[in-house]
Amino acid sequence: MIKKADIVIIGGGIQGCSIAYNLAKKGAKNIVILEKNTCASGSSGRCGAGIRQQFGTKMNCILALESMKTFETLTEELDYDIELNQAGYLLLAYTEKEMSQFKKNVELEQSLGIDAKMVTPKEAKKIVLPLNLEGILGGTFCPTDGNVNPLYTTFAYAEAAQRLGVKYYSFTEVTEIETKNGRILSVATDKGKILTSTVVNAAGGYSGPVGKMAGVDIPVYSQRHQILITEHIDPMWKPMLMSFSENYYFQQLPDGGILGGYGDPENEVKGGNIDSTWQFARTMAKKMVKLVPILKDVRMVRQWAGLYNMSPDAQPILGEHPKLKGFYLSVGFSGHGFMLAPVTGKLIAELILDRETSIPIDKLDIGRFERGELIHEPSVV
Amino acid sequence: MMKDETIICRCEDVTWGEIRKALEKGYTSLNEIKRITRAGMGRCQGRTCRRILLREVARYQKKKIEEIELTTFRPPTKPIKLGTLAGDNDD
Repeated sequence: MIKKADIVIIGGGIQGCSIAYNLAKKGAKNIVILEKNTCASGSSGRCGAGIRQQFGTKMNCILALESMKTFETLTEELDYDIELNQAGYLLLAYTEKEMSQFKKNVELEQSLGIDAKMVTPKEAKKIVLPLNLEGILGGTFCPTDGNVNPLYTTFAYAEAAQRLGVKYYSFTEVTEIETKNGRILSVATDKGKILTSTVVNAAGGYSGPVGKMAGVDIPVYSQRHQILITEHIDPMWKPMLMSFSENYYFQQLPDGGILGGYGDPENEVKGGNIDSTWQFARTMAKKMVKLVPILKDVRMVRQWAGLYNMSPDAQPILGEHPKLKGFYLSVGFSGHGFMLAPVTGKLIAELILDRETSIPIDKLDIGRFERGELIHEPSVV
Repeated sequence: MMKDETIICRCEDVTWGEIRKALEKGYTSLNEIKRITRAGMGRCQGRTCRRILLREVARYQKKKIEEIELTTFRPPTKPIKLGTLAGDNDD
């Protein structure tokens, strides 16, 4: 194992790989990724595959729009087919309160150049033919939202980074981060020690414990989220169907399988548990069959779980830690880490190498919680 | 030696050639091979191909089958209709 590195990235998922690739692309050398398992074995490879631009805060809209632009050319840039499928997201509203939030969201989105619009129930049914409109007051639709293969995307970044000289160590677990007088000295792993002054915490569901190793408290916690997928069937509809009040998201993927999940912040276990539960499968099946009744004869073939790394305002925490020089955070994505990684990886690389970023992310620093400047995202499943 | 065009995973249409390429790239664990080729991720969830895949991956790496770590077994044991899960009809 290498003894010394300019930059050590902890976590070999989509964040770590995107950051490493963007650093190397800008000419940085001696970059190491440390992954305790294998590439995309954590949340990146377990996510719902969706990528959307419809958000409720200006910050998330700007980041998501820029990320989508990157996704659109990523297959060519990384020379790896990530299976981009811009089939749209149809967000459905069930209450008047939700409708007025959606109107605000669409105004914001359109002002930033995101091609979302309000739709009536009738228009929703035109977009998704087998939809049961019961209880639906309307919704919003953005045709350029969609999905990619999250496994391929993570592998694509990892391989492109390695072609540019990045070293990727899988099955290598960080055990200690040695610091002195507010600076980093080294990172110890179960395979040996690496001297470095710069560390990026991109450990996703494990970013809290990694912070503690560096003596730093990060206000995040991890929570299990579950997903199921069905057998491949003939194409029935294209966009992602999503509701925040009824709490579901599901979509038919290009290969014909239907993938879906919901969030259950009150009942889901916190911490590192990623077992799947029968209760989830039953509840999710009920939600799917209610909204698209013809799904009752479609079979679930697999279910699994992964971790959301939650921050207090459901926005990522990005930037250098104020009390530990050279310790960069790319954590707390609250379920949107995969879809934002193309842009946040680029911005973290800019921050490390240039000390300034092409999109301002200073408001996403860890200090916002002490200052009381939280940016609450209302549109989260 | 298995031919490149031999299909290992019938559900996802994955050939030995695709698996061999993944092995050559350095993806040597079954979990990585599953994620990169989709072998074993289809309708039968690897019930047909798991043993063949295990044997060939072990042979390629000149290891014993017992030395290869298996992929995670995920529920359900066999495909189940969403309507049955939801409790709306009998299967």
